[in-house]
Amino acid sequence: MTSHRLTMPVLRNMPAILFVLAFALFSFLDPRFATFTNFSNIASTSSFVGLVAVGMTIVLLTGGIDLSVGATMYITGAVIGLLLQQGVPMLPAIGAGILAGTLWGCVNAFLVAWVGLVPFVATLVTLTMGRGLGLLITESRTFILPKEMSYAASSYLGIPLPVIVFAVVVVAAVVFLRWTAMGRQIYAMGNNVEAARKAGLNTRRLTASVYVISAFCAALAGVILVSQQGMITSGLGQGVEFDAIAAAVLGGTSLFGGVGSVFPGTVIGVLLVQMISTGMVYLQIDLYLQDMVAAVVIFFAVLIDALRMRLLTRLERRNIRVEKGSTEVETAPSSA
Amino acid sequence: MTDTILRFEGVNKAFFGVPVLEEVTIDIERGSIVGLVGENGAGKSTLMNILGGVVPLDGGQMLLDGETYAPRDPRDADRAGIAFIHQELNLFTNLTIAENLFISDFPRRGPAPIMDRGRLRKRAKEALALVDLAVSPDVRVERLSPGERQLVEVAKALSVDARIIIFDEPTTSLTTRETERLFGIIDRLHQAGKTIIYISHILRDVMRIADAVAVLRDGQLVAAGPVSDFSINSMIAAMVGREIEQLYPDRTSQPGPEISLELRQLSKAGISHQIDLALHKGEVLGVFGLMGSGRSELARIIFGLDDFDEGEVLIDGQPVKKLSPTRNIRNGMAFVTENRREDGLMMEATVADNLSLAALPAHRRRFVNTVRSSAVASAVTDSVDALSIKVHDAFRSEVKGLSGGNQQKVVLGKWLMTKPSILIIDEPTRGVDVGAKFEIYETIDRIAAAGTAVLFISSELEELLGMCDRILVMGQGEVLGAFERAQFDEEAILRTAFREHVA
Repeated sequence: MTSHRLTMPVLRNMPAILFVLAFALFSFLDPRFATFTNFSNIASTSSFVGLVAVGMTIVLLTGGIDLSVGATMYITGAVIGLLLQQGVPMLPAIGAGILAGTLWGCVNAFLVAWVGLVPFVATLVTLTMGRGLGLLITESRTFILPKEMSYAASSYLGIPLPVIVFAVVVVAAVVFLRWTAMGRQIYAMGNNVEAARKAGLNTRRLTASVYVISAFCAALAGVILVSQQGMITSGLGQGVEFDAIAAAVLGGTSLFGGVGSVFPGTVIGVLLVQMISTGMVYLQIDLYLQDMVAAVVIFFAVLIDALRMRLLTRLERRNIRVEKGSTEVETAPSSA
Repeated sequence: MTDTILRFEGVNKAFFGVPVLEEVTIDIERGSIVGLVGENGAGKSTLMNILGGVVPLDGGQMLLDGETYAPRDPRDADRAGIAFIHQELNLFTNLTIAENLFISDFPRRGPAPIMDRGRLRKRAKEALALVDLAVSPDVRVERLSPGERQLVEVAKALSVDARIIIFDEPTTSLTTRETERLFGIIDRLHQAGKTIIYISHILRDVMRIADAVAVLRDGQLVAAGPVSDFSINSMIAAMVGREIEQLYPDRTSQPGPEISLELRQLSKAGISHQIDLALHKGEVLGVFGLMGSGRSELARIIFGLDDFDEGEVLIDGQPVKKLSPTRNIRNGMAFVTENRREDGLMMEATVADNLSLAALPAHRRRFVNTVRSSAVASAVTDSVDALSIKVHDAFRSEVKGLSGGNQQKVVLGKWLMTKPSILIIDEPTRGVDVGAKFEIYETIDRIAAAGTAVLFISSELEELLGMCDRILVMGQGEVLGAFERAQFDEEAILRTAFREHVA
């Protein structure tokens, strides 16, 4: 019984513990790792995946999935590139790009909430079609961006702009999920759609919103990434859905809906993934091995998560009798 | 002169061309408690879903206070002051009690869409006080017992200040004490002038709390009037359309001498304590206990779903070291779980697919392992006939379209197809109507006569008294007593079961 007191908090906070362990390991292996510059670098490079992952988390909470985020990023970038080429000033071009990306999310919302397609299929379609659309309007050209577009390299009070954008979106998402009716209703719907419908919630509108939110986050991520890379290529955002889903799941968000959080959950997940890839660069691990190592790490983290959930349900099961010699009734963390 | 608050007028409803309600006309008097009874599939739930705005009606109309009432969704019903406590609980287990109570109407802080958690908590506390539930509103629903969850549902219904409150089978997962508490609350609501529609299969309860009764059969209103016009027998007669002479079939066999399943001093910390049990061939052994007595937990251990710490298990006299469902099924054991929706059925699959699931390994060709579908098909047909499962086309109809009683027969049929030598059944007649109950009892008797050892777990003592050769009484994970059929005594058994609670 006493050992349970210890295991419970450990299991609950596994993502955070993994994060600290990985940080300690890399710092030990290479002293250059634990510097502010490096950390600020990690945060900066992970913010575009982070933005996508925040939107993805909200979609996952409803039990859905959004595979089209990479295409949304590309559409955003393509629109920005085309407009800049036409001589449109920077800010209106960015605004139009974000709008275009968000509109692409409305297609997902329509397909899932009104046509009733399974999210996996609907967003797989918009993923392929979105990239095709981007290629069509850009004729697969690469745009080299003017110098003024490298705003992502700027920083305020020593904090890089992408990190600020990421932080603002995280705060907004946390407030949205925890403190607004709609946020709580998203959790409710992820837990039991039928009950949500019977409780009078507008499940169609809720479902539609999460895809629009996800697309908006992806569009923002597109703007950040374009600026960081200084150009817009046809491969923009390719494969980002895997990183975003992995980060959310690493942070404890369930693929079945109803369980998960943006902070600390997904934020830790994103930083963990980025820290591992940066760490491998520091340790000069063979470039060709890095993808495999990253995949193995994610595999183990998700595996540990599955084991953790199984153990948690077992530990939290109610006892029906109190054994002699034990004063404890059930598992009462407050008495610890 | 009567004061009608709600009138159903010639209500019609059909699902996929099959009529479920035909010309139903009922007047409900203001401030009364109306018991709505009928067999599963008689149309009670559909009628209430129409009232609650969950499904639209096809024909006829509803009049609320004399005015046309046509809800488009559950929100409209809310606004009209109609609260619906559904049979299957509609709580979000990942949210707190307070969040559940106000999920469709969170108190806001000012004009911004930010919720006011302080007011939320305060209002939740008030709502919980109405149902005497002394739990913090910040507790997540997943940590509550079934009874506590039911009370949260009631609190939720009360929090919208309803005029008409529908209870759909509210007591199926409640302990005796929780049921009493619920009746106390219903009584208080009644005195406060609320109109209540109470749906239940437990006719004794309907007789006790209702002022008026309406009986549905096959989608039609067959009897209605003040409760004094009815007796339990006349209600049953109206429900099934004929007199039922007996509720339980005569037992046609005696237990054999061989022991099929034996437990010796089986213990599991926090769950079971030194359980001794011997189940004979051809015996129907009842396990009775109050909610939370450890009956179902014991069944899970026996079937290998949960492990145990100490003790021995013998199947057909052979000690078994480790129990697992796969091995148990191979050894001829079958387990009809208490929760057919979650654990017992694939709701979206056909009746045939559900029935044949456990028996598929027995119907495979040698070496290539493919399923002999014609043999499966004939086994399915036999099973549908033997259990008289009412289904249009077993190979095409989905299980979720069946009534509760027929769904339960499918679960039972699935395991009977494996020709088990040991059958564990947990609450096989919960939420099942009188007619289907009798058929399930007959099936139990038939397989016991064929030599199957049956472990019959139930919280309805009456059915155990009617069906079992022997009854074990459990409480707090222990066996508190055992009664032979000759010494069955309802009072003595109840006293034994309550022992721990009285002390």
